[in-house]
Amino acid sequence: MVKAKKKIAVEVKNVKKRFYLPHHSNNSIKSAITQAFKPKRKGGDSFYALDGVSFSVEKGDFFGILGRNGSGKSTLLKIISEIYQPTEGTVSHKGKLVSFIELGVGFKAELSGRENVFLNGALLGFSKSEIESMYDDIVSFAELERFMDQKLKNYSSGMKVRLAFSVAIRAKADILILDEVLAVGDAAFRKKCNDYFQTLKDEDKTVILVTHGMGAVRDFCNKAIVIENGKVAFEGSGDEAADEYLRLFDKDIADTSEKNKEKRWGDKAVVIDDFNVDTDKNNVRVSIVAKAGPKALSNVAVGFRIKSAKGKVLIGANNLNVQDTTTIDFAANETKEIEFVLPNILGNKTYIFSATINSSGGTATHDWWENITSIEHKRASGGRYPLIAPAKIQTRSSKKK
Amino acid sequence: MLQKVYKRYRYSLILLRELVITDFKLRYQNSTLGYLWALLRPLFLFVIIYVFFVYVLNVSRGVEHWGPALLLGVVLWNFFSEVVRQGLKSVVSSGGIIRKINFPKYIIVVSTSLSAIINLLINLVVVAIFAAINGVEPTWGLLAVPVFILELYAFALGLAFILGTVNVKFRDVSYIWDVVSQALFYGSAIMFPMNRVVEINYNVAIALLINPVATVIQDARYYGITTTVDTLQGLTSNPFLIALPVIISIATLYIGAVYFHKRSPYFAEDI
Repeated sequence: MVKAKKKIAVEVKNVKKRFYLPHHSNNSIKSAITQAFKPKRKGGDSFYALDGVSFSVEKGDFFGILGRNGSGKSTLLKIISEIYQPTEGTVSHKGKLVSFIELGVGFKAELSGRENVFLNGALLGFSKSEIESMYDDIVSFAELERFMDQKLKNYSSGMKVRLAFSVAIRAKADILILDEVLAVGDAAFRKKCNDYFQTLKDEDKTVILVTHGMGAVRDFCNKAIVIENGKVAFEGSGDEAADEYLRLFDKDIADTSEKNKEKRWGDKAVVIDDFNVDTDKNNVRVSIVAKAGPKALSNVAVGFRIKSAKGKVLIGANNLNVQDTTTIDFAANETKEIEFVLPNILGNKTYIFSATINSSGGTATHDWWENITSIEHKRASGGRYPLIAPAKIQTRSSKKK
Repeated sequence: MLQKVYKRYRYSLILLRELVITDFKLRYQNSTLGYLWALLRPLFLFVIIYVFFVYVLNVSRGVEHWGPALLLGVVLWNFFSEVVRQGLKSVVSSGGIIRKINFPKYIIVVSTSLSAIINLLINLVVVAIFAAINGVEPTWGLLAVPVFILELYAFALGLAFILGTVNVKFRDVSYIWDVVSQALFYGSAIMFPMNRVVEINYNVAIALLINPVATVIQDARYYGITTTVDTLQGLTSNPFLIALPVIISIATLYIGAVYFHKRSPYFAEDI
């Protein structure tokens, strides 16, 4: 099938943005004069918020940008909106571009709701007569009929957002840029936002959306990128990008959480020599190599635990409590490899493993290696919410006589 | 053609209009008499200045209608001072909007200057009332006054562009300007006629009149109220000297506009 070539709406080419990190703020003439005589310091004092970002948005795309706080996504948005200038690289767009970095820009607390509608509308490029013709719609959409002559300082934050949103959705543009607009408001407001997104999608508008709400990305974005440390870490469909974003987030928690530090204790009568985890589409294989000391031991419990990135124990098993229980005995200085095979029910997440060797009664701990390893699991296949857990479904029906 | 120009500047015009209206509304918020203060305030201030400088401390030096001439000078100075001072502050104080949306930044400076023009027009009405009471005969020379005001506006706007831009990075500018503007105020012969300076030293008077603010004020007095004030044209016949204030005004506006235009893409990150 030949895909019709689409027109590029926004093109971002190798954009870099450098910010300087002054040690003292340098905004008085005295410091400018004193600084002028010092040799210019290179490096160290600047950092790249964006470090070579490239992507293109086609006409009609609903394009998502995901990234953690400080990843550079807001800087990127400001560069696309021509608020910031790129240090290197170029950004171009075709058609009228309107961006909402924030709702209600330019709102004045001392003016009435009505006056603010005209001011905010002017910032969006609407003349007085244009606003007048849609004024009633704006007010009724915001549900603020009774409050329009009230000063804005007396509005609740919810009322302000409703009013701003109500004006914003009138914006006529070919390309819309929305930043975190969804992050505010109650359930009813979010519903309105979603309806608005649906309209944009139906009208085939080009939209670039930055959000933390995975729901919106999955539901609306046909394409998305994940920004990490000023670079495009991933590019794909909205679903894929959302998964990738969550995985990155998960990994970070796993890496930084105090709970997930390696710990090891026990009497070392038997020690863990090697530990491996292997996953494929169907199974997870956990192999533990254990080595006995100079004394022979009988009936040892060798096992493992799987924890989530947040340190919550999900599964634990040893040779005495799995389906086919076995007894493990060690001769002096003997090495044994024990492999557990279980169905792969892991999601796209980070998992942390611990290996344990105990006496069968649990009275002695030979070697307990907490958080011995972690894996970043990626499902080989499967839809958005794969459910392949070995669950059985039974339906019972009964009739009352 | 005209439509093309309109289309290009449509957004700027819409924004300009709304910003000027907003500024005007905010200024007279919460006052019972509201917009009436725009007229009442200069009226009362002028009565005070008039009484003090005409009846108590009279330095008219033979200038006829000194009262209205004095007021005209004060009004023009206030206009100049307001355009520069508001323009200087405007870019930084609009930081919130600049960081959130992309729009032609010069609108910010121009909108504050338009507010100053509105004030000037109101003040000129008050001066006209004083002049009429004082028995000043209207002449055809009055028609030249708007041209001088335009010259003053160009100079002020140019300075506003330059200082507004510099202020983004160096906030000291605001304090430096306070001092410089005091010097300009006394050097522009506003509370006394230039005739007094000529009595002391001819060359100093010429030097002071090179400054567009001083020359515009003396010229406006000459053509608008009384021909008994000394002006640059009256003191010298050197065409270069006479043209110099005009050249300075236009050059300041040009340099200011170019400098502002060059720096404005970086305002968002520098504020």
